[in-house]
Amino acid sequence: MTEPVVEMTDITITFPGVKALDSVSFRMFPGEVHSLMGENGAGKSTLIKALTGVYAIDGGTIRLGGETVSFSGPAHAQAAGISTVYQEVNLLPNLSVAENILLGREPRRFGSIDGRAMRRRAAELLDGLNLDIDPGSLLGSHSLAVQQLVAIARAINVNAKVLILDEPTSSLDADEVAELFRVIRSLRDSGVAILFVSHFLDQIYEITDRLTVLRNGQLVGEYLTEELLRIDLVHKMIGKEITALDEIGKRAHAATGAAVADEPGLPAFAATHDYGRKGAIEPFDLTIGEGEVVGLAGLLGSGRTELARILGGIDRADAGTLQIEGKPTRLRTPRQAISKRIAYSSENRRSEGIIDDLTVRDNIVLALQADRGWFRPIPKKRQEELTQSYIQALNIRPANPDALVRNLSGGNQQKVLLARWLAIAPRLLILDEPTRGIDIGAKAEIQKLVYTLAENGMSVVFISAELEEVLRLSHRVAVLRDRRLVADIENDGLTVDALLALIADGSVADEAPPPDAHPFGPAYDEPATESLTSPAGDLR
Amino acid sequence: MSAALTRIVSSRLFWPVVMLIALVAINVIAFPGFLTITVKDGHLFGSVIDILRNGAPTLIIAVGMTLVIATRGIDLSVGAVAAISGAVACSILLSSPDPGNPGTVAVAVGAALVIALVLGVWNGFLVSVIGIQPIIATLILMTAGRGMAMLITEGQILTVDSAPFKALGSGFLLGLPVAVLIGVVIFAVAALITRRTALGMLIESVGINPEASRQAGVRARGLLFTVYTFCAFSAGIAGLILTANQTAADANNTGLFIELDAILAVVIGGTSLAGGRYSLAGTLVGALVIQTLVTTVYTVGIPPIVTMVFKAAVVTAVCLLQSPATNAAFGRLRHRLTARTSKGIAAS
Repeated sequence: MTEPVVEMTDITITFPGVKALDSVSFRMFPGEVHSLMGENGAGKSTLIKALTGVYAIDGGTIRLGGETVSFSGPAHAQAAGISTVYQEVNLLPNLSVAENILLGREPRRFGSIDGRAMRRRAAELLDGLNLDIDPGSLLGSHSLAVQQLVAIARAINVNAKVLILDEPTSSLDADEVAELFRVIRSLRDSGVAILFVSHFLDQIYEITDRLTVLRNGQLVGEYLTEELLRIDLVHKMIGKEITALDEIGKRAHAATGAAVADEPGLPAFAATHDYGRKGAIEPFDLTIGEGEVVGLAGLLGSGRTELARILGGIDRADAGTLQIEGKPTRLRTPRQAISKRIAYSSENRRSEGIIDDLTVRDNIVLALQADRGWFRPIPKKRQEELTQSYIQALNIRPANPDALVRNLSGGNQQKVLLARWLAIAPRLLILDEPTRGIDIGAKAEIQKLVYTLAENGMSVVFISAELEEVLRLSHRVAVLRDRRLVADIENDGLTVDALLALIADGSVADEAPPPDAHPFGPAYDEPATESLTSPAGDLR
Repeated sequence: MSAALTRIVSSRLFWPVVMLIALVAINVIAFPGFLTITVKDGHLFGSVIDILRNGAPTLIIAVGMTLVIATRGIDLSVGAVAAISGAVACSILLSSPDPGNPGTVAVAVGAALVIALVLGVWNGFLVSVIGIQPIIATLILMTAGRGMAMLITEGQILTVDSAPFKALGSGFLLGLPVAVLIGVVIFAVAALITRRTALGMLIESVGINPEASRQAGVRARGLLFTVYTFCAFSAGIAGLILTANQTAADANNTGLFIELDAILAVVIGGTSLAGGRYSLAGTLVGALVIQTLVTTVYTVGIPPIVTMVFKAAVVTAVCLLQSPATNAAFGRLRHRLTARTSKGIAAS
């Protein structure tokens, strides 16, 4: 085999308090398409940034074409032959295609830019990629896919030995992906090493030759794509020991098993039919029973958040129908969803959840107050009762209603956000990664809370990257892959193994009960009157 | 003691108030009778009263501006709206056979304020429905507004002779200038409406994080309409006071650059241009700082030509004192001092 073009050895990068990369080694060969795989926080982007000179490394060596290099910055790395095309095309839509391709490297004549030579050079590069794009046309007049290809043409203009494509297909349709893959293959055949980063497993298996898997900042291993089964890949990415997982799975079953009675008579709270949104989530059928916890499982980018967002009215569905308690309903805004008592708690706690400069009290009453309208303020005394009851029930620390939420820890911010949604007394609570990035204690408290809420008759949609959490809490699990709902099964003896298989390729879906076999949730006792939502109930 | 001191020093109002006190001190040194207030014919007179009266229009506009800025917006059109409002009132008074009749004045004032409200709705429409950036949306009316005022006055300076109208600018009621009383009322109404209802909290919420607010069901559109309309309304009132003070509507000069003074008052008062939490009390102090500054220029004997430069220097000083970097530096200093005096019992 030839020499590797990139050889990173024992790379360590430390951020304050965190080891982002711990002695990770990584290599790429000329003429191959390589993928870097891993879940959130695995260290993928850190490794890429080390390779492209964005981050300085704290330990290890980077060798490029056999020589040890030390990049002073992205420009240096690019000059050395490492080009990157980022997910968001960062080109200039108001300039021509040729100007974009040769930006900063324009051919000059008598000190001024030689427009004719520039167009000629750009045309050569585009021809080399077999692309039929007029170099003189405005970049902004082309589709995103074409702009992506122009970005690649720009990247290879600098005699790139290594081309990094970060999520290049996330906004492309099937035909555009095929066109991109054709270009990638022709570049590969010309000897360029390509790093292809994507969340789409199908695409990974279609285009890549080799995979490197990272997990929690550590190297799991390097594999030939054709020799690694999908199920094994997902195991390696998610990375729990199978035996340990089995045990948790059994426990989850024991916990929920008692509740799953043979009483399918409970009414559905929400039911969708062919409900979907182009480019976000393929049309899906999902029924959520009253008091049922439906877990959404899938890898990052599988469409689990997109599904939750249109269910919560954050994004509009552009196809299909939604029924709330049997009545056809359209959710155009979060406000409408809230008035139907559907709450969506975003996974992006900071940017879409809390209002960090307001107090704990204001944050908790916000949704309820918005629902009432500004001219009907919740009386100060009521606000105080509400806030105090949630601070106690959810154990929010510091227990100070006047503290600014920005000064709270992540777990406590999450609890404040939960309190905001509980205050509207939701019938359906959609929790998107409510336990991410928070400490163990808070995590356990939130899990307990979800369990109690469902027992009291609230429907819950629960999203988590941690499968054992999904299995522990959910009565039913809906599995997503590549923006599609691929399975919808009872959590009745469901093992993490089976779930992993479903996430990986859906092949086990046939063996699982068909989606509609148990459309309704398990039966519960009468909803307890002493509910967490009661303080707000009479305020509506 | 040091905990209380820390709280006072870290309060947003601390530096503006210090600046105001410093300016007053300079004036007292240059002109010992500065703080003297005398009673003539049952009216209060004195430099302080002058500052309050002359600062009233800026304060009134700054109150509206505070709410707009809290939503991450800005309203550049307030000066033009003030000019239009004054022009409408004066042209109605002039076309009436009896401009001194209180009824006529009421009609003129009412019409001017209705026009101001309409202009505010226009701004609100551009910002919230069409989605134009506030600075551009209100720039439209800032430029076009002066032209509209010109059309109303037909290019003339409309001088009116109407005692009740004049009283809005230079009259006295209960011993206090009418303009000051109007300022107090506007301030109180804004404070009560935003803080006694949920309006203030929702405005801050949208200003801090629009997307999180949307997901929480806050309707930003209605809020934006409300704040821009209120801001234009307050500009209309300020325009009436300014016009009444001069007993003339001057389309070119009424309220010229007052938008900048109002924005400055808001910023000096500690409300961030990035939106979010606002302080009407801070805006009040800010407006007083600006007006006292103008007076100081005269009492200290700085040539009026360089007033702007002097103003810029003071504003720069206040902004520097309020900046996070300065705050952090003071925090470190305080920490070191308290650590030294109380053997490590930090007051922060």
